[in-house]
Amino acid sequence: MSQIHDHDHGHDDERPGPHGSPLTDLQLRVRALESLLVDKGLVDPAALDVLIDTYETKVGPRNGARVVARAWVDPEYKKRLLADATSAIAELGYAGRQGEDMIALENSQQVHHLVVCTLCSCYPWPVLGLPPVWYKSAPYRSRAVIDPRGVLREFGVVLSDDVEVRVWDSTAELRYLVIPERPAGTEGMTEEQLAQLVTRDAMIGVAKVEAPRR
Amino acid sequence: MNSVHDMGGMHGMGAIAPEPNEPVFHHDWERRAFALTLAAGSGRWNIDMARHARERMPPADYLRASYYEKWLCGTERLLLELGHVTPEELARGKALDRVRDAPILRAADVPKTLRNPRAARMDDHLAAPRFKVGDRVRTKNIHPVGHTRLPRYARDKQGVVDRDHGAFIFPDSHAATRQKIPQRCYSVRFEGRELWGPNAGPRDAVYVDLFDDYLEPA
Repeated sequence: MSQIHDHDHGHDDERPGPHGSPLTDLQLRVRALESLLVDKGLVDPAALDVLIDTYETKVGPRNGARVVARAWVDPEYKKRLLADATSAIAELGYAGRQGEDMIALENSQQVHHLVVCTLCSCYPWPVLGLPPVWYKSAPYRSRAVIDPRGVLREFGVVLSDDVEVRVWDSTAELRYLVIPERPAGTEGMTEEQLAQLVTRDAMIGVAKVEAPRR
Repeated sequence: MNSVHDMGGMHGMGAIAPEPNEPVFHHDWERRAFALTLAAGSGRWNIDMARHARERMPPADYLRASYYEKWLCGTERLLLELGHVTPEELARGKALDRVRDAPILRAADVPKTLRNPRAARMDDHLAAPRFKVGDRVRTKNIHPVGHTRLPRYARDKQGVVDRDHGAFIFPDSHAATRQKIPQRCYSVRFEGRELWGPNAGPRDAVYVDLFDDYLEPA
């Protein structure tokens, strides 16, 4: 077991366990399941540590930001990305679970793309990592398809009526990456500096990328 | 199945609550539940079975549970249903007998397993497509009791084929019988007003990835 301490955010699922135990019901349940599966010979505990380390430290939205920055500075790369996102993303070394079949969607002044999974929480792991809680939550999953402009306003993105909004519901095994618009005033920036500007939310389509303030 | 996991278009779920600088996991049990689900499922069940197991949570529990709690419930359910553990073992957290030579995901094999490029694609089984890009289609008015990836809000609606994605494992039968049946999957564009009526924005559209079996010519 990892020795990292839990943060208590006061969620209902973190209520104290019985008899004043500091362990919560869920902690106890997961611990019991782990020892059962290891004991039974169904799970290798070392594999659990590798899985956790992979998604906690190696895979995350920095990967997607590098893809977006490359597309911004290299028109040929952008062409390849829009034609075959899986291969273009693999050029930068990102591939695998929950990103086996990728599609890139380019935002512009005319069209704004937004990605959701109404049925579960499908998300392009190799480029964005594991999804944030809000993406997996009932409010986002229920509203993104019926009220996309309301959802965008809640994230601070106000689109004019002549912008077309396209919502992509990830109902099969295709995974979507939004290429946000490159902000004005970033012409002199390097690819690495641009990658620093690109946020996870912009690659889901709920935010725009802002130029750095002077 | 028509349950609360199929949330598209529901009202009353409240405001979205983004968390600044959100950590990947909020609690150590979430880390372990995430990894246990991937490791235990490896070689034992497929992703459609896992999704269907989570969908079958009692609706009130589903809505109350956090994301990784849903994973935990689905994993426990599959381990029990497939006979990998007994209810008594699960309650005790102790094995009553060990499994010999069970398939097991070893630490050294994790990177290779995560990078498997095949997953659900079955393009070597491509049959001629029934629809081409630009074709008008209507989704069927079906309500399967098992797993399906045709959301309720997109049933009995007209749309236009936007992309032909090629062949993928048909999830409905994959969840029910483990059979890998290749089927065309298309991205279908629905106008907001077709889905939601006159109050939808005139320049809003929803794209849904749909399998051949869900579609008929319009």
